[in-house]
Amino acid sequence: MNPRRKKRLAVILSILLGISVTVGLMLYALSQNMDLFYTPTELVDGKPNGTKPEIGQRLRIGGMVVAGSVKRDPESLRVSFSLRDVGPEVTVVYNGILPDLFREGQGIVAQGILKNSTTVEAFEVLAKHDEEYMPPEIAEAMQKNHQPLEYSEKQLKGSY
Amino acid sequence: MVVEIGHFALILSLALALLLSVLPLYGATKNNLVLMNSARPLSWGMFVLLALSFSVLLWAFYTNDFTLKYVAANSNSQLPWYYRLTAVWGAHEGSLLLWVLIQAGWTVAVASFSRGMPQESVARVLAIMGLVTVGFLLFIIITSNPFLRTLPNFPVDGRDLNPLLQDPGLIIHPPMLYMGYVGFSVAFSFAIASLMTGRLDTAWARWSRPWTIAAWSFLTLGIALGSWWAYYELGWGGWWFWDPVENASFMPWLAGTALMHSLVVTEKRGTFKAWTVLLAISAFSLSLLGTFLVRSGILVSVHAFASDPARGMFILVFLVFVIGGSLLLFALKGNSIRVRGKFDLVSRENVLLANNVILIAALVVVLVGTLLPLVHKQIGLGSVSIGAPFFDLLFAWLMMPFAFLLGIGPLIRWKRDNLSSLYKPLITTAIGSALIAAIMVYALAEHFIFMAYIGWLMAIWIVMLHGYELHQRSTHRHTFWHGLKKIHHGHWAMMLGHIGLAVSIIGITMVQNYSIERDVRLAPGEHYQIEGYDFYFKGLRDKDGPNYDGYVADFDVTYDGAFINELQAEKRFYTTARSMMTEAAIDSGITRDLYIALGERLEDKRSWAIRIYYKPFVRWIWAGAILMALGGIIAISDKRYRFRNKIQHQVAS
Repeated sequence: MNPRRKKRLAVILSILLGISVTVGLMLYALSQNMDLFYTPTELVDGKPNGTKPEIGQRLRIGGMVVAGSVKRDPESLRVSFSLRDVGPEVTVVYNGILPDLFREGQGIVAQGILKNSTTVEAFEVLAKHDEEYMPPEIAEAMQKNHQPLEYSEKQLKGSY
Repeated sequence: MVVEIGHFALILSLALALLLSVLPLYGATKNNLVLMNSARPLSWGMFVLLALSFSVLLWAFYTNDFTLKYVAANSNSQLPWYYRLTAVWGAHEGSLLLWVLIQAGWTVAVASFSRGMPQESVARVLAIMGLVTVGFLLFIIITSNPFLRTLPNFPVDGRDLNPLLQDPGLIIHPPMLYMGYVGFSVAFSFAIASLMTGRLDTAWARWSRPWTIAAWSFLTLGIALGSWWAYYELGWGGWWFWDPVENASFMPWLAGTALMHSLVVTEKRGTFKAWTVLLAISAFSLSLLGTFLVRSGILVSVHAFASDPARGMFILVFLVFVIGGSLLLFALKGNSIRVRGKFDLVSRENVLLANNVILIAALVVVLVGTLLPLVHKQIGLGSVSIGAPFFDLLFAWLMMPFAFLLGIGPLIRWKRDNLSSLYKPLITTAIGSALIAAIMVYALAEHFIFMAYIGWLMAIWIVMLHGYELHQRSTHRHTFWHGLKKIHHGHWAMMLGHIGLAVSIIGITMVQNYSIERDVRLAPGEHYQIEGYDFYFKGLRDKDGPNYDGYVADFDVTYDGAFINELQAEKRFYTTARSMMTEAAIDSGITRDLYIALGERLEDKRSWAIRIYYKPFVRWIWAGAILMALGGIIAISDKRYRFRNKIQHQVAS
């Protein structure tokens, strides 16, 4: 090989190395940070293809907050509430401040770790900034169960 | 009646835009001077009509004309007049109208500031811009018309503007951002127009540079404003969430940054042409992709506008048309513009190439992180979310080689350089910055965090090497102070831009590693301490505004017994929109922000859930962005871009 070719080979090899490092790093970061979404029913009974989350797994869960289920610890900011769509309920435990739009009967999304088969320890709770908003995942899950749960006419209209 | 005039003006501007996209282009191919000359008046006509249409919408909001569906949905008679006006771009329809108005504004700007360019090029560029405007105007008129009426049964009052948007930051954030997004259409039009003729010369690069820099500066400011707004208004104290919509604005920024640097090579050395064209196409396509993601409601985001499949479909088709069309053109004409530049491994060209490669890698990271959940869902694997740590990790790693190259880039000469002359300053700087970074971390933080050290190292490396470069350049032929005056604007712009980035890196490093965030339970009369700061919850009082009921919590902040500030955190309930809002109280400073936000009142009716944050160096993030944008402004002011003067000069001589 003449020096020129050698140089070229070195350049190409270093580019390949760079690309593979980047791609490898990206795949690693992805595998660490990709959280699957479950509805309460899917979390308890498994997804249609039968997969159920394992205890200790990081996941996202979305559903409607069951009325009357929000309980606060009197000494700290620890709070627990139940989420449901059309099937069984799942308890979410969270230590922190709930978003402004968190209300009973409202759709929310929580991100956290599965503690036991029906409890999620959340580190983030999101409620959307729109009254009419229902997380698309929830709306879809409810469609699938042939029992669409929707906001009432009054809720949708707002205050005319 | 007034509203119908606005509606009519909107439709008429579509007609003018259609003419603009056809006549000058036809004239340019047939070499017909009259048709080519029609481009400028047509652009002006389009702009004036859109300005009229936009003013009518402003007027409708100002006068509370609730017979308009859009006004009724996004305004309220109780809203203060200035928020009634900014409510125009508070939702989908109006913000699109603002978008086309800005598009027309850029078109007119190109028409006015391009007298030094050949008539044929101007005609083509304006025609392409007209074509883009046609796309957006069709989108507005077909799917999102703000002039639709609610007649005959119109509401007595409106549903009010989203309380989050009732804020001064939102008055300027969207226009700035749109100026940036749309501004890339100028670079895009220049690239397409030059591709059509196959004449991609250095003149083309010199013409597009100031426009690209201008658009980039606006986008930088727009993104920074959005980040600042999210910081104080959302009440979480975060400055970047890697939310899909933020990513949508960040992707064109990355492509635009790459484009700016690659244009330098094209202008100065005449190479990288095909690459530059591709970047110009992608910067604008990514702006469009961003719009598609936001407006179609396809992604879950805090920004998601009410979704409508028809809108998503339209933008998707538009996107395919723009990207497909321009790539097809590129495929047909692209091979004629390939130039084999001759430059060595160690050369400014290669450093800039590496800069581009890293920027594109970052772009791919953001693109993957944003679109993968979408793809994952579409292929039936269930919906997933990709968390912020994914982006944080990858950006931290990509930043390291980037900062390293950024430091040495300006020192390396075009075409061929010998590193041996640089060894000494590089090694000195490496040791110097390693020491200073250690001192900074030691002085500013209680404990050592490796990534914080790396952050400081990168920032100081960049600043020191730029200082060295400045010294070298100014003492090259003159004494230091005399030489400093001889340095042209473009060079100062680069200095500011790069040092701005270093400033932002410091801010990000400190906030990410040393923020203290506490959610606490506090009742009036209680204290809480962070980092030596004592927060005393004095009490709660009522404070109602024009369209909301509110509480204010008063805090006294002291440090070592010395009074720092009295902070007033607010909680508001907007009666019409029926939503709660948190107004954070912030004591801002150069080295730290103290941040208090009210959560909710707890069951015992006395205590509140309260966020108390300590945010070191958070202002530096935005200060860096301002420096970068300032650099952009200085770059445009460079004499080289005043074509008009040059032409007149030539005529005179």
